[in-house]
Amino acid sequence: MSTPILRVEDLVVRFGGRSGGKDVIDHVSFDIFPGETLSLVGESGSGKTTIGRAILGLAPVTGGTITFRNQTISNIPRSARRKIARDIQVVFQDPYSSLNPAMTVEDILVEPIAAAGASGGRQRVRQLLDAVGLPSDAGTRYAREFSGGQRQRIAIARALALEPSVIICDEPTSALDVTTQATVLMLLKDIQERTGVAYLFISHDLGVVHEMSDRIAVLLRGQIIEIGTAHDVTTAPRHAYTRRLQMAAPIADPVRQRERRERRLAALSAGEA
Amino acid sequence: MTASAPLPTTIEVSSSDAPRRRSTMRRLLRIPTAVLCIAFLLFIVFFGLSAPWLAPVGPNVADVNAINAQPFGAHILGTDQNGRDILSRLMWGTQETLLACVIILVVSVVIGVTSGLIAGYYRGKFESVSDFFSDVIIAMPGVVLLIALYTLTGPNIPIAMAVFGVIVSPSFFRLVRGIVVGVRGELYVDAAKVVGLSDLRIVSRHVLWAVRGPVIISCAFILAAGIGIEAGIDFLGLGNPTQPSWGTVLQQSFNNIYNNPVSVVWPALLISLTVLALVLLGNVLTDVLAASTRIKAPSRSRLRSIRARYSDTEPTGGEAPLPPGQDVRLAIRGLRIAYPNASGVTEVVHGVDLDVRKGEIHGLVGESGSGKSQIAFSTLGILPREAVILGGHVVLDGEDLLADDAAMRAARGRRIAYVPQEPMSNLDPSFTIGSQLMRGLRSVKRMPRHEAKAHLLALLTRVGIADAERVFRSYPHEISGGMAQRVLICGAVAADPDVIIADEPTTALDVTVQAEALELLRGLRDERGLAMILVTHNLGVVADICDTVSVMKDGRIVEHQDVDTLFQNPREEYTQQLLASSRSVEIEEAA
Repeated sequence: MSTPILRVEDLVVRFGGRSGGKDVIDHVSFDIFPGETLSLVGESGSGKTTIGRAILGLAPVTGGTITFRNQTISNIPRSARRKIARDIQVVFQDPYSSLNPAMTVEDILVEPIAAAGASGGRQRVRQLLDAVGLPSDAGTRYAREFSGGQRQRIAIARALALEPSVIICDEPTSALDVTTQATVLMLLKDIQERTGVAYLFISHDLGVVHEMSDRIAVLLRGQIIEIGTAHDVTTAPRHAYTRRLQMAAPIADPVRQRERRERRLAALSAGEA
Repeated sequence: MTASAPLPTTIEVSSSDAPRRRSTMRRLLRIPTAVLCIAFLLFIVFFGLSAPWLAPVGPNVADVNAINAQPFGAHILGTDQNGRDILSRLMWGTQETLLACVIILVVSVVIGVTSGLIAGYYRGKFESVSDFFSDVIIAMPGVVLLIALYTLTGPNIPIAMAVFGVIVSPSFFRLVRGIVVGVRGELYVDAAKVVGLSDLRIVSRHVLWAVRGPVIISCAFILAAGIGIEAGIDFLGLGNPTQPSWGTVLQQSFNNIYNNPVSVVWPALLISLTVLALVLLGNVLTDVLAASTRIKAPSRSRLRSIRARYSDTEPTGGEAPLPPGQDVRLAIRGLRIAYPNASGVTEVVHGVDLDVRKGEIHGLVGESGSGKSQIAFSTLGILPREAVILGGHVVLDGEDLLADDAAMRAARGRRIAYVPQEPMSNLDPSFTIGSQLMRGLRSVKRMPRHEAKAHLLALLTRVGIADAERVFRSYPHEISGGMAQRVLICGAVAADPDVIIADEPTTALDVTVQAEALELLRGLRDERGLAMILVTHNLGVVADICDTVSVMKDGRIVEHQDVDTLFQNPREEYTQQLLASSRSVEIEEAA
């Protein structure tokens, strides 16, 4: 944990061009170290997904720099970007639209390997399917034949295909059922232990984030308002917004939830007074 | 609760539910019209290509002894005024027409599809420029242009057809660009970019696939138009008179119509049938490609036979089996819902019993596919059209709503109201919030406009909307998702119902907004003594607001408890597993 593998400095992303533009990301800086999980938490519109997309080169970087292993990767041409593809991969939120319904699982998984010019793609597919807990004969079937959780496993396998050092997980479990979510989260942790990959984990769910992360950054309107170790941020939030976020999430326990609700309402009325 | 029970990491993949892969071609060949059209078009191609071998004579061989010969004699289709065999001329002419078709297609597809792909994928300047050109081309009168061209090139059908190809290319351009703009936003295209695919490969692997079907359909229509135009140009006398085509044969027969009226029939028939076959084929193709997304309600007779075979009790007829309890507002008994499939039916709800009392919020919990939404929909009579209710009763204050459509209609919106999952898609973007709320309220309750408005404004304030007047005048896109859900809750309680069915009412909301929405539902319940069925997959929401809980799995209620017992003492293994999977974290310091 000496030098960061990915460094985001003073990132600004503006949408809407020239004068009427809006800074969706407003001077955000953070580092990700090898093998760690940094989570970005925030509500819709906080810009958490946009940060991920900016790192992936899918959103325009208006200001600031993103460096990967001391090499600038923001605003570089597509051809240069493709060389970094090996190292920074993604698992999107929606496992339905992130896999081409007309392609077989094998074609989906071979694609990145072929794009990188590596050979032996077909054998690798079996290993990948095995790594994400899918049967090895799944390759011949179409992505649309699988359930949400299974599709997300395919998406994870695709992200793993090039053995990246950073994976951006953009709400990878929020479209899934709770029991499926649990298994997918376990799979992600398991993969991290095996491969030492670093995750930028984007989520709106503090409960999920607490369990997954080493460190957590809380986003509000395009700015990081609090960053710290997972334990500190979730159990002793310093910022009032984090506290609000925390208390608004209902606990799956009626007794404790009643307490939390009362505390939340008390805090709200105290805040209003 | 951060417990993580040992859950299986490997999941089995069942192969039985895999939809059968059937190619479009195979599906097409099961439709008689399509087979007929394809056979006819193949025959036309053969008819033309075989001319050198099978045509009785050459296209311009005149038999002076047989001028204007009648058909079915020595000349099968008769001869024209110069004694030329019409069948032979049509066969040779088909070659000319086929050539014209190929030219039109190649030119228009190459120009239209390529520019559409580039414009749709890269957008920017190229899109604006090509858009301008396509507008200009569309604005030009095609046939007039082709006639003008004649003065430059003389009778030259290939060039005329190439120009016609350019003239129709905007239809491909617009079609392709529109589709590509949609596909470009798909996450799988983003994923391909991240994985390092070049643009060329992304377009050829991911984008072209989506464009293929519509382009093929469009080809059929363009060809039909092309054959018409080609014949028309020839008919106007702008074609090459030394080379027969369908149009020239038609023109010459037409000029000779008083001497040999029958001879007009053959070229006219050939042109009409070919155009007809192409248009029909295009229509069938459209249907086949759209068929997978279209939902068909089972026919009455199918419905009757399904019910006869699978249901234990007729849902219609017979009195409700349960006398209404003192405060049971809504009771569901033995509800069975199924969907017809190829071999019979798939039952998704297998006999569910459920009671909701006055002032009770009943949580219906389960994972996707467990049938919880199906139950919610059936209590409102808004199941998808292809669903079949095999049996059971939905009893509202002693009246079986499933047995009586009129009673269901009378209850819906008045006594049972609905709060949907997606607030934004449940508001019509083209009307103001106010007009939508007014229409909803006044369709179920007779009251004067000003009274209805005052009532709604008071309710909007009640559901926590500070500036009710302004929201009343706003359009849905002008308010936030949380606000939209408040508006829908307001709409649901406006007619003062007894029962509210809320289907994942907070799933689309942020946690802070969710907490407020739950607080609102709780408040309304307390004020009005509402009975509520709350469908959700979020156990936190259940713990927060529900009084009783039914846990659903595979179309059955596996456990039914009051909320405290369920969370403290879950009986079923499945419930325990659900509880173990949910995650949350506590602030540690003292309150």
